[in-house]
Amino acid sequence: MADAASGAVGASPRARSGSALTKTLRKALGLRRTQIGIGITLVILLLALVGPFLAPYEPSAFIAKPFAKPGPDYLLGTDVRGRDLLSRLLHGGLAVVWMSVAAATIGMLLGGTVGLLAAYSRNWFGEFLMRLMDVFLALPTIIMVLMFVSLLGAQQWLIVLLVGVSQMPQVARVTQGVAADIVRRDFVLFAEALNVPRYKILHREVLPNVMTPLLVEYGIRIVWAIAGIAALSVMGYGIQPPDADWGLIINENRGRLATRPLGVLAPALLIALFALGVNLMAEGLSSTVSGVARKRSGQK
Amino acid sequence: MSMQPSQDIAPAVSNESDCALRVCGLRVELPDGGDIVADVSFDIRRGEVLGLVGESGSGKTTVAMALLGFARGGARITGGEIWVTTPAGEVDILAADAETLRQLRGAAVAYVPQDPAAALNPAMRIRDQLAEALLAHLPNLPRAEIENRIADAMAEVGLPRTDAFLRRYPHQMSGGQQQRIGIAMAFIIRPAVIVLDEPTTGLDVTTQNRILEVVRHLCDLHRIGALHVTHDLSVISALADRIMVMYSGRSIEVGRVVEVFDDPRHPYTQALLNAVPELQRRNALVSIAGHPARPNQRPAGCFFAPRCALADDQCRAAPVALVEDAPGHFVRCLKSGATATPYGKTLPDHSTLAAPTILAAEGLKVSYGPLNVLNGVTFEVRQGECLAIVGESGSGKSTLSRTIVGMVEFAGKGLTLKSEPLAPLARHRSQAQRQKIQYIFQSPFNSLNPRQSVEAILGLVYDTFFTGTAQDRRAAFVRVLEQVGLQEGSLDLFPDELSGGERQRVSIARALLSDPEILVCDEVTSALDVSVQAAIITLLGRLQQERGLTILFVTHDLALVRNIANRVLVLDHGIVAEIGDVGQIIDHPVHPYTRQLIQNALEADLAHRAMTSTNAQPAA
Repeated sequence: MADAASGAVGASPRARSGSALTKTLRKALGLRRTQIGIGITLVILLLALVGPFLAPYEPSAFIAKPFAKPGPDYLLGTDVRGRDLLSRLLHGGLAVVWMSVAAATIGMLLGGTVGLLAAYSRNWFGEFLMRLMDVFLALPTIIMVLMFVSLLGAQQWLIVLLVGVSQMPQVARVTQGVAADIVRRDFVLFAEALNVPRYKILHREVLPNVMTPLLVEYGIRIVWAIAGIAALSVMGYGIQPPDADWGLIINENRGRLATRPLGVLAPALLIALFALGVNLMAEGLSSTVSGVARKRSGQK
Repeated sequence: MSMQPSQDIAPAVSNESDCALRVCGLRVELPDGGDIVADVSFDIRRGEVLGLVGESGSGKTTVAMALLGFARGGARITGGEIWVTTPAGEVDILAADAETLRQLRGAAVAYVPQDPAAALNPAMRIRDQLAEALLAHLPNLPRAEIENRIADAMAEVGLPRTDAFLRRYPHQMSGGQQQRIGIAMAFIIRPAVIVLDEPTTGLDVTTQNRILEVVRHLCDLHRIGALHVTHDLSVISALADRIMVMYSGRSIEVGRVVEVFDDPRHPYTQALLNAVPELQRRNALVSIAGHPARPNQRPAGCFFAPRCALADDQCRAAPVALVEDAPGHFVRCLKSGATATPYGKTLPDHSTLAAPTILAAEGLKVSYGPLNVLNGVTFEVRQGECLAIVGESGSGKSTLSRTIVGMVEFAGKGLTLKSEPLAPLARHRSQAQRQKIQYIFQSPFNSLNPRQSVEAILGLVYDTFFTGTAQDRRAAFVRVLEQVGLQEGSLDLFPDELSGGERQRVSIARALLSDPEILVCDEVTSALDVSVQAAIITLLGRLQQERGLTILFVTHDLALVRNIANRVLVLDHGIVAEIGDVGQIIDHPVHPYTRQLIQNALEADLAHRAMTSTNAQPAA
């Protein structure tokens, strides 16, 4: 009944079918919030990737006195050490973008694997994995990261790894939750009765069915990773000066927040926009999954 | 499409004040303009039960929900009037504002949902839920009066009115008790009309019969009209005064149940009645070729014309109106009364085959923790026969079928396939053994991976047992799809693009692909419409003949057993109560449990009911 309309559209079955995942994606793309989210995210990504080539000055070059007012030579003024704020902003995006995406990816891969294994295991092993995740969840992220960073030094790969691992328990929970329903379905039982290897069952039968909620979770994880990595960098554990980074810029310029707010507000706004954009995309996707979008489009 | 003069021919009511609900020219549309339901007019008198039957997609639930002013999933009610009688006079539900509508729901038109387990709040005691239903419409009712009404309602639906029972949560009750609560909640406000949406699907026959008695009694007692939506014709014959048959969003035949059953005038109704298997004789099952058209692809003329043997150019030319054919008997057909499907002829019962044993079980025992499900089951299956395994829910028949394919671990002496022992679990059996026994699940909605195309679904089986070139593979798929009556084009489709019957055909194709000798079918038709069930049963019978397949057919439907099985095994609490020839078991049961089973089935049997109701109600 519900897909009566879609049935009428495509002339050839191949053209319209595609996997259910692409259908969901297509539906999500039709939503205003997803479109806005994609727009914002693209702008930020563009800024981070192309920015270094557009910057008028070197990010670490001292060009004027500290905290100079915005003027024709330096559009946003200068920072705490007299470097061009605009150039530092244009150079400082790449780190937070790649680090947050990488950290979220690590979290998804680890957590997704653990969640799938836990859901599919029918003995103590699954229970053990999930309790292990609970232990992880109990460790305060920031403290853990700070401990490792002070032991091994503030290196980018380490921060990515640590933030990634700290995301693992949440991802594992979500994955285990959705997969637990799928692994009891008859088609999984059928594959088992054929003695299909278990990794193949997980990969072929279970994983595609949890893909959409996992994609939503991926978006949420990127947002958290942005927050985590930016926070670490504001605290001075991320990118080290004189390199530019949005979090670091906030840290450097916070002393004159009252009189020269741009030095803090501009990088903070960029971080917030990036998080907002990703979040809007994730939300658009998740509303398609839960069926909210369908109801809304029906009322048109 | 022009609106037919449906208002004029809406079944007339002799006495206006006797009318509980009147629907005129109801139309429900999809957002893109196609209609789900149109030109539906009917009335329900006080104390009368109108049975609404139709197969999936016929729009029966849409009509039922419209009586409450609802339209589902993007659809909108775009035309018609629904007049309901309230103490303050007649009110048009479709013209009411939101607040009036809220008051009317429950108070004037109440609803009993299909699945009470999902409709009752699991976190509330049933007394509180019943009180909530009362207080929503009578906020000032004193406490003592609430208690009285709840106690009365409980007594009416045949549940204990004790404090201990009223303090229970929904999960502490059986399915039948939950549905009684659902019914009590609907009747407690004494509405003018009750809408029942398949309230007995999922309940076993005995419970179903009791629930239907309660509904019938309450409608008579309180002079409440009811619209009973179902796909089960035998339920209608037990309960309803009049019947409305829907096809593809139109009412096609309306009349007194006895008249419609005795003399179905629309070709679709005739076919539908002949698709129902009977218990007391083995009747030839009729399946209807083709599919109902989707809402915006319907033909110009009669919607049933493409599937109708009698259709001619006139039928295909213009929409057909519902006309009164005989007093109180309305039909939407130009050939009304002509016989498209003759009354199904009686076939001889299948007999026991003289063939060697292919599968044998000896002292099979299965337990889930402390619960013993199978307590030593011993039987033999002969090569090429269809052995039906019957029993009520909880008898262990599903467990038995899953044990045979190795999805459930058993203890005891065990199973042998062609005299070779079978390991309890499928993964410990040999590849050849796994290939020889295949399983078809009850629900085709659950047994096919929704994220895989039919080709990928079949591919899993092919790649497990065979290796071949891409052409070999594809050729094997096409061959097996042809056997189950599907086209090559289905290979690229996903399960949600197939109808229920098509999905079940894919499941059968998947089972056949490994070239098995034994097919274990677990209630394979219980999720399907009657006409689709007829097609699937015919298909299984043909496969048994053509491929020499041995079929183990698990079911609770004895009429179906009569139609397909050679022998019957009756399972009672994990023990074989009786096993024997199909005609022998059904006509002359020996074991008391079997007798009880046959008696219950007889009460629900369509032919039997139609016969007794003709005798019992000479006039309304």
